[in-house]
Amino acid sequence: MTITFNGKPKPLQAGTSVTSLLDELDLDPSRVAVEINRDIVPRERFDDTTFSDGDQIEVVQFVGGG
Amino acid sequence: MTVWLNEKKIRCEAGTTLFQLRDRHKPEADIIIANGFPASEDRPLEEGDRVVLICRGETPSETELEALMSARHTPGVHSKVRNATIAIAGVGGLGSAVAIALARIGVGHLIIADFDVVEPSNLNRQQYFVDQIGLPKVLALNDNLRRINPYVRVTTFNGRLTAANIPEFFAEADVVVEAFDAADQKAMLTETVLMKLSGKPLVAASGLAGHGPSNTVVTRRAAGRLYMVGDGETAAGPGQGLMAPRVGIAAHHQANAVLRLLLGEEPQ
Repeated sequence: MTITFNGKPKPLQAGTSVTSLLDELDLDPSRVAVEINRDIVPRERFDDTTFSDGDQIEVVQFVGGG
Repeated sequence: MTVWLNEKKIRCEAGTTLFQLRDRHKPEADIIIANGFPASEDRPLEEGDRVVLICRGETPSETELEALMSARHTPGVHSKVRNATIAIAGVGGLGSAVAIALARIGVGHLIIADFDVVEPSNLNRQQYFVDQIGLPKVLALNDNLRRINPYVRVTTFNGRLTAANIPEFFAEADVVVEAFDAADQKAMLTETVLMKLSGKPLVAASGLAGHGPSNTVVTRRAAGRLYMVGDGETAAGPGQGLMAPRVGIAAHHQANAVLRLLLGEEPQ
């Protein structure tokens, strides 16, 4: 299946969870915010939330400093 | 003849001089500014002259300051800014500068939250003074904002923001500004605002440490109502400290994004 990841098409295996996508991208789950089809995914649901074909995913990563 | 006195249009007789105008309207004034320049000698007024009479150290009344801001910003812009409530999460390098910029343009109500006290190491970038070391940041900032514009209402929260208390503290805000230091706190606030404060835009920041090029700091729309300021990658760390210039650039990107949102304009 194909999802849209931060505005670009990305092939993804069916059943991929938020946690496994973040792992694949080497992103720290505690430092990101994830939206699927404009709905935010709460951190505690990263493990059991999976993507569907055509999903629009936005992952915003934060670095420290302020 | 019509002239402007302290930003208000008034009529006066032809031949009236600067000093007569002062004696009639504000005899105690120490300084006369005529068309933008201090005037030490008397002269007859001309049609359309703009005269400001000032007493040293005097705080203008709320009405006077309102009239000045409204004239400078235009009444339409001023009323939108004046009626706004902006919440600022964290008042370190980013948040203290955002608060000052917004107070200067006359944002009506600022909600500022932080748990920290002013430390000596903060002074390289944060908008505090050396005599404020040890004070809770929200109290020190409240004092500084009051000196800039005493008519801005400031609500302070001297404590730690959490997913549980953010929705309550920021309920009134038209726009929320994320100005934390730690990456996981930035992510927590973003998740909470986007999930629990429906409809509120969030202006967050990430990647503003060091002294890299200014123009790599950008404002972009990252998701529905989430705007991100920064270069996206330069984390604070050893050899890459947070410094006033670049933190200030990011903070003012955030403040301008807030202003644009208040005026119904897209920040990006």
